[in-house]
Amino acid sequence: MVSAQSRRAAYEKQRQRRSIAVATVSSLAVVAAIVVFVPRMPRWHRVRRSFFNGEVFRDSFPRLLDAFVLDVKIFLWSAPAILVLAMLVAMARNSRTPALFPVRVFTIAYTDIMRGVPVLLWIYLIGFGVPGLGLERPWNSPLLWGSVALVLTYASYVAEVFRAGIESIHESQRAAARSLGLSHWQTMRHVVIPQAVRRVVPALMNDMVSLQKDVALVSLIGPIEILRRAGVDKSKFANFTPYVAAAVIFLCITVPLTRATDYLLDRERRRMTGTKVRS
Amino acid sequence: MRKIALTLAVSGSLLLAACGGSDSASDTTAPTTDGYATAAECVAANKTVEDGVLTIGTGDPAYSPWVIDDKPESKEGFEAAVAYAVAAELGFEDDAVKWVRTTFDEAIQPGAKNFDFNLQQYSITEERKQNVAFSEAYYTTNQAIVGLTDSAAKGATSLDDLKKLKLGAQAGTTSLDFITEVIQPDAEPFIYDDNAGAKAALEAKQIDAAVFDLPTALYVSAVEIEGSAVLGQFAAQDGAEADEFGLVFDLENGLVECANIALATLKENGSLASITAQWLSTSTNIPVIE
Repeated sequence: MVSAQSRRAAYEKQRQRRSIAVATVSSLAVVAAIVVFVPRMPRWHRVRRSFFNGEVFRDSFPRLLDAFVLDVKIFLWSAPAILVLAMLVAMARNSRTPALFPVRVFTIAYTDIMRGVPVLLWIYLIGFGVPGLGLERPWNSPLLWGSVALVLTYASYVAEVFRAGIESIHESQRAAARSLGLSHWQTMRHVVIPQAVRRVVPALMNDMVSLQKDVALVSLIGPIEILRRAGVDKSKFANFTPYVAAAVIFLCITVPLTRATDYLLDRERRRMTGTKVRS
Repeated sequence: MRKIALTLAVSGSLLLAACGGSDSASDTTAPTTDGYATAAECVAANKTVEDGVLTIGTGDPAYSPWVIDDKPESKEGFEAAVAYAVAAELGFEDDAVKWVRTTFDEAIQPGAKNFDFNLQQYSITEERKQNVAFSEAYYTTNQAIVGLTDSAAKGATSLDDLKKLKLGAQAGTTSLDFITEVIQPDAEPFIYDDNAGAKAALEAKQIDAAVFDLPTALYVSAVEIEGSAVLGQFAAQDGAEADEFGLVFDLENGLVECANIALATLKENGSLASITAQWLSTSTNIPVIE
């Protein structure tokens, strides 16, 4: 029994070493191919000058970093608003009281319309349209209404994520809770929502990563955030390097976020299945 | 964070200053004509994209008053007229001129170009010269400010009057640099992709005024933004050099010299001045902000 265990452990260890070696060799081969062959292309020196220009990078990087602060701000005040609004919409849609039928219809219309129209249009419509009605400063700020547009569209996507989570909780959970004497809202609050949210965390992270990029759309109605700043510097230098610099800044945020999402997904899967098949 | 940004900015500008030096050295060689007697002779020594044809790039769409009705083939509009005049000097008949449409980005991308030269109000700047080649200027303009007639910018006579205003500019122009470097407003300026965005922002009172080059400002205020006017223009010697428009060539294109010979001829014989007078409104009645 003991020897069988250790033979299996040794075998698995050997398989693991082998897959690490194969992965390393194939990665090195790909990197080597890029490093060796791309610079041999006839116009590589021009591409390098247009996209990987050290001087332009150094010149525009501090400005981009400054502009990125605005992206972070918009994200930080929009994300909580999105989560709260989305949860309210999901719960309203999931309500079972007959009197709330109009609310259910409204939330269905809301999610269908907001998701069916490009974010771009909402940004223009709400960002220029609402202030155009005659609001005075500071209430006509494009930052304010651009954020409102983002919140309204993203909340419709996130509401559907929450709804999927809520509906994935087995009916027997509700039945058990109700039989213990919990009301509908107590059941939601203490039994359904906690399980539902945990289940949809990876999907939520996905939406947050995508929100982080769509924040840039607010620049269409005026504010200068990182992508706009990169565009300005692109025209200034007639060079695309500022976009590469902006990408570096974006990656610093999105890579850890997506890694964290993957980790959560992986942990969820291991908890559910308890095993993993190697190649 | 701010400290790092600052040091990066300082080292960046030092670097920029360093290349500025080397750049001005290469500048002095640019206008020399390598001994070509005429522009046509120069063209013979160089290759165009398509043999016997001069391919000219412009914007999509091309805007008035630079190209009238988005039809450069009609020779109507300032840049269309300049393009055909340059083509004639280079020895290309009107029917040997072909137009292609490119965005700003297509014109500056590193790959092979599908045009011999491109004109869509490209401002000549030292930074851009690192990546594309410019001819000598075919037009020099001032920056101007456009606002609704009842705007807070009305009656501004000095740069100080403008500092308190919320200003806008169009993406991809040098107007933003003008705002941040010359006007230095208290509030951060806004940027729009096109005149439609600037118009909506003016109407929503998100900005008080927008900055354009003068001919565009005159056109935008007269035709595109109802209820607006050119409130003032900025004298060229206000710290910033005047905005000069040049033809854009691929960095390694010898045709730049040919175009410079052609432009020099057009300036000398007065053709360029008469084309300018024909297509661009005179702006003497616009107050100068100092």
